[in-house]
Amino acid sequence: MALKDFPVDECLLQGNASCPGCPATVGLRMVLKALGKKTFLVVPACCTAVIESLYPHTSFDVPVMNIAFEAAAAGASGVEAALRQQGRSDITVAAWAGDGGTYDIGLQALSGALERGTNFIYICYNNQIYSNTGIQRSGATPYAAWTTTTVSGKTEFRKEMGEIVLAHHIPYVAQTCISYPEDLYGKIQKAKSIKGPKYIEILAPCPPGWRFSMDKTIEMGRLAVDTGAWSLWECENDVMTFNGKSKLLLEKKVARKPIEDWIKYQGRFSHLFKPERDEERLKAIEEHTDHLWERYRKCYGKI
Amino acid sequence: MKKYPVETSLSYPKKGAMGKTGSWRVFKPILDKKKCVKCLRCWIFCPEGSIHREKDDSVSIDYDFCKGCGVCANECNVKAIIMEREEAKKK
Amino acid sequence: MTVMMDTGNRIAAKAAVMAKPEVVAAYPITPQTTLVEAIAEYVARGEYKGEYICVESEHSAMSACIGASAAGSRTFTATSSHGLLLMHEMLHWAALARLPVVMCNINRVVGPGWNIWVDENDSISQRDTGWIQFYCSSNQEIFDTVIQAFKLAEHEKIVLPVMVNLNAFILSHTSMPAEIPDQQVVDDFLGNYVPKWKLDIENPTTFGNIIGPAHYYKVRRAMQDAMLNAKKLIPQITNDWKKASGFFHGDLLEYYKCEGAEHILLSIGAIGAESKTAIDELQKAGHRIGLARVRVIRPFPTEDIIKLGKQADLIVIDRNISIGSEGALFNEVKAALYGESDAKVTGFIAGLGGKDVTYKDIETMCLKALKDKVREQQWYGLEG
Repeated sequence: MALKDFPVDECLLQGNASCPGCPATVGLRMVLKALGKKTFLVVPACCTAVIESLYPHTSFDVPVMNIAFEAAAAGASGVEAALRQQGRSDITVAAWAGDGGTYDIGLQALSGALERGTNFIYICYNNQIYSNTGIQRSGATPYAAWTTTTVSGKTEFRKEMGEIVLAHHIPYVAQTCISYPEDLYGKIQKAKSIKGPKYIEILAPCPPGWRFSMDKTIEMGRLAVDTGAWSLWECENDVMTFNGKSKLLLEKKVARKPIEDWIKYQGRFSHLFKPERDEERLKAIEEHTDHLWERYRKCYGKI
Repeated sequence: MKKYPVETSLSYPKKGAMGKTGSWRVFKPILDKKKCVKCLRCWIFCPEGSIHREKDDSVSIDYDFCKGCGVCANECNVKAIIMEREEAKKK
Repeated sequence: MTVMMDTGNRIAAKAAVMAKPEVVAAYPITPQTTLVEAIAEYVARGEYKGEYICVESEHSAMSACIGASAAGSRTFTATSSHGLLLMHEMLHWAALARLPVVMCNINRVVGPGWNIWVDENDSISQRDTGWIQFYCSSNQEIFDTVIQAFKLAEHEKIVLPVMVNLNAFILSHTSMPAEIPDQQVVDDFLGNYVPKWKLDIENPTTFGNIIGPAHYYKVRRAMQDAMLNAKKLIPQITNDWKKASGFFHGDLLEYYKCEGAEHILLSIGAIGAESKTAIDELQKAGHRIGLARVRVIRPFPTEDIIKLGKQADLIVIDRNISIGSEGALFNEVKAALYGESDAKVTGFIAGLGGKDVTYKDIETMCLKALKDKVREQQWYGLEG
């Protein structure tokens, strides 16, 4: 859908507590435009709990249920069951959780809800860190990235949450990014139209967490896709499709830009360039990304 | 809006829940309407929802709440938005 | 009315289903399993028409109950021991959210080592979560208390979650007859559930966002007020149920042969039931001793305990221990009496780890208390 056709109505109100340049609010605005006012959000501990702003006020114009860090999917299962009993099939239940609450502490509850068929959309806005607690490493943090708990750079590569979800064989799984509003909006709309569990992950570049200038939030997302650090894809009923630039990368119709083009703007990787270039780790990053895409091609490419 | 008769952490929607966040701004986006091509990129990418979209798809900036991040200027393909330093506010 | 000859767990399940919760979310744990299996059977037979969510942990069970309750539905769950402890965070959440979830907890020993027998350390360790806590002593009482629990939890002056505790195996797996009233009696007693607040697209609110110290302080105070309201309303609700069903097991406490007693024994749960036989025997032998079985420890029946302390010396048996302190009931009974009564209070720890406590053991403890008047807590039955 073209931007011109996006609804004008806003369900996230201005004057909230988000940082300037926040990717989560960009994502929330688009998601709530696609889902509309008949939406219940279930939110675990994450930046969004702050974005809601201070009691007795909230910046959300849809009902929001905050729940414990590890409990978003389970809470959503309860909400959804209650609505089904009440005959409210017109209401969409969405969990909106960060990568910490999805990849790490909330993984069990998520897997359980997906397996038991909860009719909801689980949306992970992934900023690759525990940002609300002050930038600690998560399972989504990329290799070599500085965080307050990986002071010399993370020594492990991030896990592929989307592929963990794929193993549940739910009706719809997708990855998108806030820099691609048409892609994001379309995927949320599609998820809304499908019954059963849906999982959508949104890459959300975080200026204070990644240490880049706050006007570059959207650009960082585009560069992540161009360099293959992130990918846009959807998997509907076990049929996998890569989208947009990621499709061209998968099919080798364009060459992948070096990851360096993405990380050089981010202070969290500055130790790879100063005082001198850390060729070993820079090479490891590129090789790992090449390996990742080769595996994507083997698993999901049409050869 | 109905207030529920129970004392727990239940909050009610309010525009400006954290006040007029425009006061956070250091740089201010200035829109040149003549250059604007109504592509709506600034509108959709604004993290605050502070770029208002009119019926004809022209846009305007709500300085009461705009936090001055500069995403709109960065994403404008025709450079219709530039960032200018806020004048020093009287204390 | 029908008579159901069945185990405590299955009678609890019957009561839960008759209360018609729209959502049940539960995870199996010994010795609670036969309770949730019974609910699954009601689902299979079409006798339970609500949603039964088979979650992947107790933490998720309580989280799902919280979600369902916040969406405006009556909810029920059941657990035991380690399951209750895994729920701990969400017990606070439900109570602070003022959601009237009802739960059965089968009192079981906490590991390690694995031990599935009865003691009360699981629920005693959850006293501070803001849940009302009942302890039952018979299968009939289990049925009646589960029904009362919904009424109490949902009462507009309370709106707090309620935990109904029953002892592992001694009640959970022991068949006893219970009279089951007609569905209409339960329907009339409970009425339709009207949530005090809920998620609603017509009136969007955010539950649980950031709250500052001044407001949070008020939320805590409101919970305490609700608990104190519960203390006043429990006698009313148990008496209303007596009128509706004919059954009464006491309100905050159940008094047994306390008239003229110079000593009163305080005990909880199945030991409370066994204590009646001990009291009968002791009275036959000429001792002026009665029993006050404590049904409710949250809210704590302070005023009732003071009355007892003004009448008699007290003997307390705890099947739990707050390590480094004392048995919970012993500790709280003494605190209640402070400045109000000079009654001597003798405390016993007994039956931890599921060690059997017979009426003979209770008699022995009481006689020791009558003779020795020792104030420190004593460990009964450590040998052997």
